Amino acid sequence: MASSAAIARGGQPVVDARDLRIWYGSERGPVKAVDEVSFDLAKGEILGLVGESGCGKSTLGRGLLGLLPPGTAMDGALLFEGEDLLSVPRKQMLARRGAELGMIFQEPLTRLNPLMRISQHFEETLRTHEKGISKDEVRERALRVLRVMGIPPTRYRSYPHEFSGGMRQRLMIALALVLRPSFVVADEPTTALDVLVEAQIIRILHDLRREFETSLLLITHNLGIVAEACDRVAVMYAGKIVELGDAREVFARPKHPYTRELLRSTISLRTTGLNYIPGAPPDLVEPPPACHFHPRCPDAMQICATKAPLEQTEASGTKVQCWAADLAAGRVELGDDERAPLVREEISVADEA
Amino acid sequence: MLRVLLSPFRNTSGLARWILVAGLVITGIFVVCAIFAPWIAPYGFAQTGEHGRFPKMAPPSATHWLGTNDQFFDILSRIIWGARTEITVVLLSVIIAVVVGMPLGLFSGFIGGWVDRLLVFVMDALYAFPSLLLAIVFAFLLRGPLGGGTVAAALSLTAIYIPQYFRVVRSTTVSAREATYVEAARAIGAKNRTVMGRYLFGNVIQSVPVIGTLNAADAISTLAALGFIGLGIQPTDASEWGYDLSRALDDAQSGIWWTTLFPGLAIVLLVTGLTLVGEGLNETVNPALRKRRIRKVRLPSRASSALVEERS
Amino acid sequence: MAAAKGSLPRYIVQRVLLIIPMIWVLLTLVFLLLRVAPGDPVSAAVGGKLDAQAMAAARHQAGLDRPMIVQYLDYIKGVGTLHFGKTISDNRPILDVIRDNGGATLTLTLGAFIFALAIGIPLGLLAGRRRDTVTDAVIRIFGVVSYAAPIFWTGLLAVILIAPLGWPTYDIASPETKFLVPAHTHILLVDALISGQPGAFTDVLQHHLLPCVTLGLLLSGVFIRLVRVNLLQSLKGDYVEAARARGIPERLVIRRHAFRNALVPVITVIGLQVALTMSGAVLTERTFNWPGLGNQLVKYIDARDYTAVQGLVTFFAIVVVIVSVLVDIINAIIDPRVRY
Repeated sequence: MASSAAIARGGQPVVDARDLRIWYGSERGPVKAVDEVSFDLAKGEILGLVGESGCGKSTLGRGLLGLLPPGTAMDGALLFEGEDLLSVPRKQMLARRGAELGMIFQEPLTRLNPLMRISQHFEETLRTHEKGISKDEVRERALRVLRVMGIPPTRYRSYPHEFSGGMRQRLMIALALVLRPSFVVADEPTTALDVLVEAQIIRILHDLRREFETSLLLITHNLGIVAEACDRVAVMYAGKIVELGDAREVFARPKHPYTRELLRSTISLRTTGLNYIPGAPPDLVEPPPACHFHPRCPDAMQICATKAPLEQTEASGTKVQCWAADLAAGRVELGDDERAPLVREEISVADEA
Repeated sequence: MLRVLLSPFRNTSGLARWILVAGLVITGIFVVCAIFAPWIAPYGFAQTGEHGRFPKMAPPSATHWLGTNDQFFDILSRIIWGARTEITVVLLSVIIAVVVGMPLGLFSGFIGGWVDRLLVFVMDALYAFPSLLLAIVFAFLLRGPLGGGTVAAALSLTAIYIPQYFRVVRSTTVSAREATYVEAARAIGAKNRTVMGRYLFGNVIQSVPVIGTLNAADAISTLAALGFIGLGIQPTDASEWGYDLSRALDDAQSGIWWTTLFPGLAIVLLVTGLTLVGEGLNETVNPALRKRRIRKVRLPSRASSALVEERS
Repeated sequence: MAAAKGSLPRYIVQRVLLIIPMIWVLLTLVFLLLRVAPGDPVSAAVGGKLDAQAMAAARHQAGLDRPMIVQYLDYIKGVGTLHFGKTISDNRPILDVIRDNGGATLTLTLGAFIFALAIGIPLGLLAGRRRDTVTDAVIRIFGVVSYAAPIFWTGLLAVILIAPLGWPTYDIASPETKFLVPAHTHILLVDALISGQPGAFTDVLQHHLLPCVTLGLLLSGVFIRLVRVNLLQSLKGDYVEAARARGIPERLVIRRHAFRNALVPVITVIGLQVALTMSGAVLTERTFNWPGLGNQLVKYIDARDYTAVQGLVTFFAIVVVIVSVLVDIINAIIDPRVRY
């Protein structure tokens, strides 16, 4: 179901992912990194994807661009501008990479080829997708993008190692955007950078929609960034999206216990005591049955350990997968033994993830 | 514990494992020859006759499976006895190099200062020098007092390899001195000795087998080369493959091939075997080169599709 | 952090200046090593042929009865002025030996190197690209075996196989060519070319084939291994993934990002194989009776000629140092990161 924002803008969503599954092999069995995830993204919209380390968000990001390691299996439907990328021949899907689908990676320091000048990076990218383009035109378009990123034209012929981390990230963004892709995945773009630089980069990403009308999937574990820059946010846990809705709404009135706990454990100047979620991130090979969060959930009920909750939509438009939320909103009727609080052993030692 | 030890074996894709196994098998054969030479070899290594003199430079036959050379020796016997020579010399030289080089590296890395810098300079110079030339120089020197026996040869080789062990141990010591895990260990109260012993040793000990086997491979080549030049072991002291090849120089022009082929083949096989072991170990031990086995995943059909609400 | 223009020339100057201390250390090492030997060089070299008085005279002439430090300074000074001393056994200035035989070693090693690069690099890249396939296995086995096989063995086998075919397997040229070609550069190959003698150049070239290929095969084994490992490393590079994300086709990603970056460190290491090449040259020259410095070295070793061995080894050491500095400089030209 397309988001209300997309409908409001009167268009088809740029990206419509339905029931995506991405599993990869390991010694102990298949790792269910992404387990039936659905979301959509309208034109010019920024969707934040948050979650703890190891919840599958990076895998999802890479899967959307087809950058998964060999041996990984992916299915579901990934509609990009109406066309299902997973059912077209792989070559076709790959052809759109760079031109229509872009990616901004996490570690900017190593993402540029140290032996090539910046100008050569741009030439390579532009020439791949627009054969026959002249060097001058490459230069012109590159400089235009670089100017938006705040990089002076005098540095056009420099080598990557002559730039600082923050500038290299800006170069990466420029390279990703020079072809004006309609959808960009930013995988923890500021994790490796210091706070001041981070603010600059986030501002740049935020302004992207104004400059380029790009739809952005911003993957991060930093809730502050999401609050600042994103229109909507998706909260991911153990391979599933547990809550998805308007950013301000979700932050003000979180419906899923995990979201609530995440927000509580964020440290701000007003923090007086440290909050944390007990236990460790779940094992993705054998996640806890039914609702994956039940071992660590403060609101867990008996039913949470036996039946998996279905995705429902709240009045505000937020989508959530939680029995407690369903109960509170009156969407379900639960028997007394089903809604009895779940009895668990004290979580005293961190489980092996 | 066993599983941990064997896990790199199981984790790598087949090729790395085959390499290791093949290398071990080949090397194993030569080791067997070396140990059991007196019982396996048909004749002695300096034996020139049994019931009457052996023929000179005879092609392979029933009595001499690989033929005889121009000194009336049986080639097969020379090869089997040669295995003993090669392995003894190489083992000796590698062990001495380790025993000298490692403590020296530890000491140098630990003490620092000008002593360390001087030692590093000298070792680097030795390391950069062409190893054969260095071996030649040492063999040249040691020939005088020690004669042409196994010990002299072993010592000539030792000198070339000391810098390798020195460097490895020294760099590990130096980095361990500063390493954060050492600080952390100290912070929780570990004694210096424990720290050095457990962390240092573990790191170093892992690279020694790889360096050692590759050293050994190189040592055999060098020993044979010395023998070829005439600075190796005398034929009457022991059998050495390189020396035999030097005698085959003249034969080559007249089409006599068995004096060349077999000793050389022995060298190739033993060096290859050792190299394979070293490379195989390297691939399994060095995680950067290891390639995770790709396990294909099949996604099962969706179980709960019937319960999911119809999507608009 | 703008690019400092002229940092490359500065780097070059730095490296060149470094040659002097490096050579000095090696010289001292060689000097000490040879002096450490018990017994004295003269009796070793000519013992038995001369009586005690003549030996003392020879010792005096060779300057071996002076105090150690004087000998050392003299030796250093000599090397500085390119005076490597005189051989004991046949009283030739070592510089003459170098001049007469250096050219042969030079052409041999260069030819072998070129052959090794031409074979080693493509095969290494191929093996890395098709990791863990049959191609990879075959190439790697070839690499291992070619390094394991002693040069003198491969050379001898080649001689056994090729001699019956009439192709030259001995020496650097036929006796007539050697007689007819005048020595200008003292590099026979070049002299043959400029001499204008019909067939001389081809003759020398033909003689080069077998030794160069034999030595080259040995080197290629090393190169294959180096190139392959480096390619595997660079294929894991983050910039490789980023290039793929920009839609660059896979074959271009491999060629431009993986191959090229893999070769950069390899070039340095390959250049440093000059030490290996020299060892190999000594053995190759003995096998093919090649009139190069390696053969001379062996001859003087047989004669127990101390000063000759010292002089020649010193010369080799100097060549190694100079080449390694040159390689550093080339590396700086290719890889812009190194200059800083």
